[in-house]
Parts: sequence; structure tokens; C-alpha cells
Amino acid sequence: MSGHSTYVPKTALGKWFEARLPVVRLLHDTAVSYPTPRNLNALWTFGGILSAMLVVQIVTGIVLAMHYAADSRVAFQSVEGIMRDVNWGWLIRYLHSNGASMFFIAVYIHIFRGLYYGSYKAPREILWILGVIIYLLMMAAGFMGYVLPWGQMSFWGATVITNFFTAIPIIGQPIQTLLIGGFSVDNATLNRFFSLHYLIPFLIAGVVVLHIWALHVAGQNNPLGIDVKSDKDTVPFTPYATSKDVLWIVLFMIFYGWFVFYQPNFLGHPDNYIEANPLATPAHIVPEWYFLPFYAILRAIDFNIGPIDAKLGGVLAMFGAIAVLAFLPWLDTSKVRSGNFRPIFRVAFWVFAVNALFLGYLGSVKTDDIILGMQAVRWAQLSTAYYFAYFLIILPLLGYIEKPKPLPLSINDAILAKSAAGSAH
Amino acid sequence: MAETPAEPTRRDFLLHAAGAFGVVGVAAAAWPFIDQMNPDASTRALAAVEVDIAGVEPGQAITIMWRGKPVVIRNRTEKEVEEGKAVKLEDLKDPLARNANADANADATDANRAAAGKENILVMTKVCTHLGCIPLDESGEFGGWFCPCHGSVYDTAGRIRKGPAPENLPIPPYAFLTDTKIRIG
Repeated sequence: MSGHSTYVPKTALGKWFEARLPVVRLLHDTAVSYPTPRNLNALWTFGGILSAMLVVQIVTGIVLAMHYAADSRVAFQSVEGIMRDVNWGWLIRYLHSNGASMFFIAVYIHIFRGLYYGSYKAPREILWILGVIIYLLMMAAGFMGYVLPWGQMSFWGATVITNFFTAIPIIGQPIQTLLIGGFSVDNATLNRFFSLHYLIPFLIAGVVVLHIWALHVAGQNNPLGIDVKSDKDTVPFTPYATSKDVLWIVLFMIFYGWFVFYQPNFLGHPDNYIEANPLATPAHIVPEWYFLPFYAILRAIDFNIGPIDAKLGGVLAMFGAIAVLAFLPWLDTSKVRSGNFRPIFRVAFWVFAVNALFLGYLGSVKTDDIILGMQAVRWAQLSTAYYFAYFLIILPLLGYIEKPKPLPLSINDAILAKSAAGSAH
Repeated sequence: MAETPAEPTRRDFLLHAAGAFGVVGVAAAAWPFIDQMNPDASTRALAAVEVDIAGVEPGQAITIMWRGKPVVIRNRTEKEVEEGKAVKLEDLKDPLARNANADANADATDANRAAAGKENILVMTKVCTHLGCIPLDESGEFGGWFCPCHGSVYDTAGRIRKGPAPENLPIPPYAFLTDTKIRIG
């Protein structure tokens, strides 16, 4: 769908530039004349929302770094200084910390949109894998950022997460020592996490450029999951998609603003307002909400599997839960993209979505809490089993056994049929 | 010219040799940029610490920092020692002593976990062997330590009995300088 360019420079300056660096042509083709399927629903605005959140995080982050000191003796106080003394520091700090949560809310909606409408299927595999890489980078950035205030959750989260690597036989311990730069999480760890937390968002921005490039080569998917067949199926990106994206970005910012102004600490953990203490682990240590499902998977493996002990098994399951996403384009064997035309898939998908939320809930409770007559850890094992079964068993099999509903001939046909049915009433 | 694959020429060798030198050069340049993240000289130079335990009565414990991690020195009560001795080796999840002062293959008997000649003194790194949290003193169903992070339980000799942690709490190298003074490290 990356058709030929329609840009024609009109002004003398435009022509002068065009002959030397055709950057205006690039922007015009990317953001103005780019053909967008005309049937996109609001779920397609989350790419724009995510771009906006990346900008918000980078801008507020750079500002915070002007006042923050990455030294374990003063880090906590410097954050309090931002809250109390820096002009508007409280606002910028809360925008950044809640911004991370909003970023993850948006990315989860974005991912589940792709899962439902088959946006990972040919020819969008590279687009999808670039997205998985961005997601991994986001988690690394989110984790390291949370360490910087040097509260109790910062310190012990850093300890637990870097200790994941010690589960790896032989090379695990040296890797952990390399990551934390000492015998335990300390100033050296904080120092380097600050540097990397600054670096990673720019890596993300770089991969986002590739992500958008891949999107514009393959063309956007749409709720019907069928290819664009003629010009009647599309509208130009500007003004149609641009204005819709802006509307939804504004709505999302209202949602974000409500948290920042009225519930800035709702999504955080109160123990991070206690300065890091290397001699005492808080009794209720819980990760940030956006890591909870994976945390539940980690804790679900409390048994040994042959030579793999529970510790390594949990770490493998947790990383495997993300790695399996990268292989999804080849695990889903159905030729039909959109879940709208796949009756059995729809059921499996919604069970998967509810299961993912349930895993998040299980990550927030204690493993031996009783839920509906069963220990939370047993529920987590069942949920983890379904998580992997969805990717490794259900999706590969469905392509062979499911009978999809008939697909419309084109996007335009489907819209005309819908409006005809509407006017008949 | 015939299409038969030509014998490798001396020019091919030059290309491969140049490429190989390039790879070695990149690797040599990359290593310092990786190794800079390993513990620096000041961290590696962390000296031993000396602790006075004269004031630690039976049933009491002190925790000191050694290499950024807490080391607990517990003066165990007779009951705790007896409980430690009463445990059969086959009931233990980790059969090894994990004692830097004993043989690497030593059994995790209570005697191998306690100080030589002072069976009431237990010195160990209080860092859970699961994912590195600090277990709580005098808690858990085995009368020893309980880790709040993922629920590992240690007994009165610091041996893992329940939960996801794979090993007993490690015992650092230490020595009695006098009857009441210990050097750790």
C-alpha cells in the first residue's frame, strides 16, 4: 500500500528543498496522503496515543533528570526535593510516574487489538515482532525508572529482578554481578540504571520509527481483516485519521489527568515512600501493576521439572510468556485475520483476555490465599497453563478445525451493506 | 571464462584475514565497555569486618552489614540447637552445609552449620537463596526465618525447609579472633 507519492511542491522554496532533501515529501506521504482503511474503529487510535505517551515520558523524564541525583545517599531526598521545592515539580513527577502506567494501559489495549484482529498475520509479521521488541524495552525502562527514587520497592524490586538471572546455571551469577556492579544492589546499580533509563526511551523511539515504517509498507489492518482492494476502501490519513487520533488522544489525556490530579498514588505502592533499607524487606512486596501477570506466572512454578528447579522454571516460564508472542505469526495457522469471522477463536480469545486479567489479580495476592476454595498458587498454575495453551495448542489447531464465516468482498462493500441494512429499518 | 569455482586465491585469503582482524578489533574494543559494569576496585576491596558479640545473650541476634548484605549472628538457645540437631538429613531440601568454612561437600548437619566448638553461635548471610530478599528473624513454622517475598521457610540452623528457595542460607567465611570477637570475610 506504499503507493507512489502524490506530493507536488508548489512554492519556490518547496521546489528548492525537494531537489536537495525531499523531507517534506516524506512527511506528506507518511502523515497526509497515506491511505487509511475507512472502517477503522477507535481501537486503531492507540498507536497515536502510545506515540503521545512516549513524547510525554521523554519530555517529563528529561525535566526530572535536571533535578534528580542518581546517588544512593541523596536519590530519595532529591525526589522529595522535586516534589516540594522545584517549581511544578510535583506535577511533573506525578505526570511521569502515572505516565508509565498510562503507557502500559495503552500498550495492552494496543496488543489485544492486534491479537483479536489478527494484525500479526502476513504480511505484518515484522511489524508485530518490532512491537514485541518495543514492549520488552518498555518493561526494561519501566523497571529501571521505578528503581531511581530509591524507596523500599525500588531497592527490593531491583534485588528480586536482578536475581532472576542467578537462576541460570553457571553463567547466571556472573551476569547478575555484571548487572548490579557489586555483591548486592547498591550505588553502582542505581548509577547505571539512571544512565540506561535515559538511553532506553531513545532506543524505543528508534524502533518506533521502524514500527511505523513497517506499518506503512504493509498497510494498516482493519476490523474486517481483509486487504484494501481499491481507492474506495481508503481515506487519506489527514484530515480523517489525524482528527480521530487527536480526539482519542484528548479523551485519553482526560483519563490520565484524572489520575494525576485526583489519584496520583492509586497505581503506586505506598512502601516506595519509605527510603530503601538494605536490611529489611517489606512484608508486602508487590511489583508495579503492569508486571503482575508475569509475576504470577513466575510464582506459579513452585515445582521442579526434571533437572530444572522451581526457581529456573519460574524464570523460564515468565520470559517464555513474552517470547511466545514473537512466534505468534507462525503459531496461528488460520488464514482469516479478523476475530469477527472466527466463532471459536472469539471464545478462546475472550477467555485469554479474562485469564490475563485474572493472572494480574493473582499476582497481587499472596500465593497461599484461598480463592473460591483453592490456593492462589494453584489458580495461577491453571491460568499459566491456559496462557501457554492458547498460543501453543489452541491457535495452531483452530486453523484446521474452525469453519470461518464468509468474508465480505471489500471494505467498501461491507460499509455499503451495513448502511443499506441501516436505512431499510 | 569457464564457470568452474576457482581455487581460493591469495586475494581471497587477504579478504578473510582483514575481516578476521576486524572482528578481533571490535571484540577487543567491546570488552572494556562490558567489563566496566563489573564490580569496581573499591567494591572488590571491601575489607573484612570485626564484630564484638559479648553482649549477645542466648536467644538474641545481631545483624551487621558485610559487602552490602546483612549477616546475622545468632546466639541460639539450647532449644533451638536441639531442634536443629533433631532434624534428619533426609528431611532437608538441601543436604549441603553451604558453609564457606567447611568442606564444600559437608552435610547440612546442625554441627556443620554452627561455629566450630560453639554450637550455639550461628553466623550466616541473611539473604534468601531464592531471589535475594531478607528473611524475618524468629518466624516461620520451623522456628527460624521466614522470607516474606515468596514464602520460603528456614529452620533454626538456617536450612531451607519449605518454599521456592533452593539452598540453605550461606555461611560466610569467618573466624573467632577471641571468644567474643568475630572477623567476617
